[in-house]
Amino acid sequence: MNIHEYQAKQIFAKYGVPTPRGIIANTPEEAVANAQELGGKIWVVKAQIHAGGRGLGGGVKLARSMDEVKQLASEILGMTLVTHQTGPEGKLVQKVYIEEGADIVDELYLGVVLDRAKEMPVIMASTEGGMDIETVAHNTPEKIIKIAVDPSIGFQGFHGRELVFGLGITDPQEQNKLIKFAKALYQVYMDNDAEMIEINPLIKTGSGDFMALDGKMGFDDSALGRHPDIEAMRDISEEDADEREAGQYGLSYISLDGEIGCMVNGAGLAMGTMDTINYMGGTPANFLDVGGKANAETVAKGFEIILKNPKVKAIFVNIFGGIVRCDRIANGILEATKLVHVHVPVIVRLDGTNAPEAAEILRNANIPNVIAATDLADGAAKAVAAAKGE
Amino acid sequence: MSILVNKDTKVIVQGFTGKEGSFHAEQCLAYGTKIVGGVTPNKGGQEHLGLPVFNTVKDAVDTTGATVSMIFVPPAFVADAVMEAAAAGITLAVVITEGAPVRDMQAAKAFAVKHGMMTIGPNCPGVITAEECKIGIMPGSIFKKGHVGLISKSGTLTYEGANQVCREGFGITTAVGIGGDPIIGLSYKQLLKMFQEDDDTHAIVMIGEIGGDLEIQAAHYIKEHITKPVVAFIAGQTAPAGKRMGHAGAIISGSAGTAKEKMEALEAAGVRVVVSPAEIGKAVKEVLSK
Repeated sequence: MNIHEYQAKQIFAKYGVPTPRGIIANTPEEAVANAQELGGKIWVVKAQIHAGGRGLGGGVKLARSMDEVKQLASEILGMTLVTHQTGPEGKLVQKVYIEEGADIVDELYLGVVLDRAKEMPVIMASTEGGMDIETVAHNTPEKIIKIAVDPSIGFQGFHGRELVFGLGITDPQEQNKLIKFAKALYQVYMDNDAEMIEINPLIKTGSGDFMALDGKMGFDDSALGRHPDIEAMRDISEEDADEREAGQYGLSYISLDGEIGCMVNGAGLAMGTMDTINYMGGTPANFLDVGGKANAETVAKGFEIILKNPKVKAIFVNIFGGIVRCDRIANGILEATKLVHVHVPVIVRLDGTNAPEAAEILRNANIPNVIAATDLADGAAKAVAAAKGE
Repeated sequence: MSILVNKDTKVIVQGFTGKEGSFHAEQCLAYGTKIVGGVTPNKGGQEHLGLPVFNTVKDAVDTTGATVSMIFVPPAFVADAVMEAAAAGITLAVVITEGAPVRDMQAAKAFAVKHGMMTIGPNCPGVITAEECKIGIMPGSIFKKGHVGLISKSGTLTYEGANQVCREGFGITTAVGIGGDPIIGLSYKQLLKMFQEDDDTHAIVMIGEIGGDLEIQAAHYIKEHITKPVVAFIAGQTAPAGKRMGHAGAIISGSAGTAKEKMEALEAAGVRVVVSPAEIGKAVKEVLSK
């Protein structure tokens, strides 16, 4: 789960990670009231969406008067912001964060992520703040410092020294400030079961202070159960409605842009099915893992979600029946076709325990648009042909 | 021969009396697995499926001499269960549970390694030595005895792969589902080594997926140390970047962890890489008849 910048900064503040002062607004009027409360002469109006690249997309603007705050807030609120991370359809801006202007002398990058190879959190830092970190990593990998922190010892002094010397910070006071900053950020990461924290840019101000000018956080979904405060920050308008609905039924669904709907048990086989369709000259319309319980209800729900996509020309049901026998799954599929009107060909491949009995059940049912397949290759070939109208 | 487990392996079940634990323990017993008891706190002294229940793993190990534990406890208790097993002297923990927090597994695995305990999973189908010992949730009937070792992050692709290998007239020594989480226990590298050293295993099938770099580490290892033929499939060639494909660890982060880079690394290591899982069986036949 991801959260908005303003929410990440609320968490940072609790841990003493310095941020500029700011207040969230839902309307232009609130934006002005917030700017007045903050005081000062310059304010930043920042679109709150779960995607990077907001500045380039026109979602972050400077205001020098209350009129400007109001005007910019009304422009940004309600706009569909397109960035390199939103996809071409963009994202609707429903909230703006009004922040006091900052006196920027230097821009750095600081993040914490899980290093899967080392199996511990790694602090990533760079002098190239404000740039896309992927680009920096690609073009100038030497400009990124990585410091793995073993959670059994936590953030130690030497981690801090590696960080500041790596970034070329020589002033002892600045060194101490940045070390304190990074140590607090590491604690934010650990305490909240974060999956990723990114501050880009982390700024140095004219007075030699460091501040998180931006803040991005993602969390380990498996750990949300023990963080009700973070779960409460969930913004469902940022999530795909179909993926969310599927999730409520225990289905894992991701829409793609092809023509063949897929319904599969197991994430690996679901990806393998998409790959096979692609290999045979077709295009998968979605990823859908029905999990261990492929029964009439879940299959019916799967059909419903797949068929919401008007591009779908055929559905490939690919189930490897293990503990749950194929004959039972076959009956479930037949029942599902009665619950949901399926107007496209459905290719069914059931393999594993009791597969021959299952094929018999499908044949005997004699439903015109249900086509039985013998194995994965056969099923994918039939689905590709059906989608082409052959 | 086989790797990790065989017909003499003594197994206990943590989360023995729960719904999942009971159902699958029963299936494993029916397969022939030597389950010698289970652990459920506060049910010690009772009997379940005709076997003794213990309050702690330590009690179970002291009494039964079990060396392997199959873990079915709920996600929030997985780390505790793994560490309890390690502290009690279990040598291999097989963690079936899906949805354990990453931070928990990080700590639990580090502790397990320190105590010399191997872990399989979490979020995996388990391990099976064909026609001898099944520790997990896979359908036992599709694993016929033979000479192909199988390592897979995905449960159903393990079944798909094993099924094809058996249909081509070959069979399986041991199949290991290593799990699809960001932090897992045994990985390709350690298991490839075991299969290389197992005389009964003549070829190895390795099934990977997008996310992380374990498959790339495996490719480097194969190039240096593996002389047996290896067939590989990497799931997620058509997966979009930045989306989690069912498994917690199956995600392309930025431009890292793609199927393409893994397939290229494996090919460069001399592995027979197939583009579709439908070709695993045929490829095994090819490499074994060379």
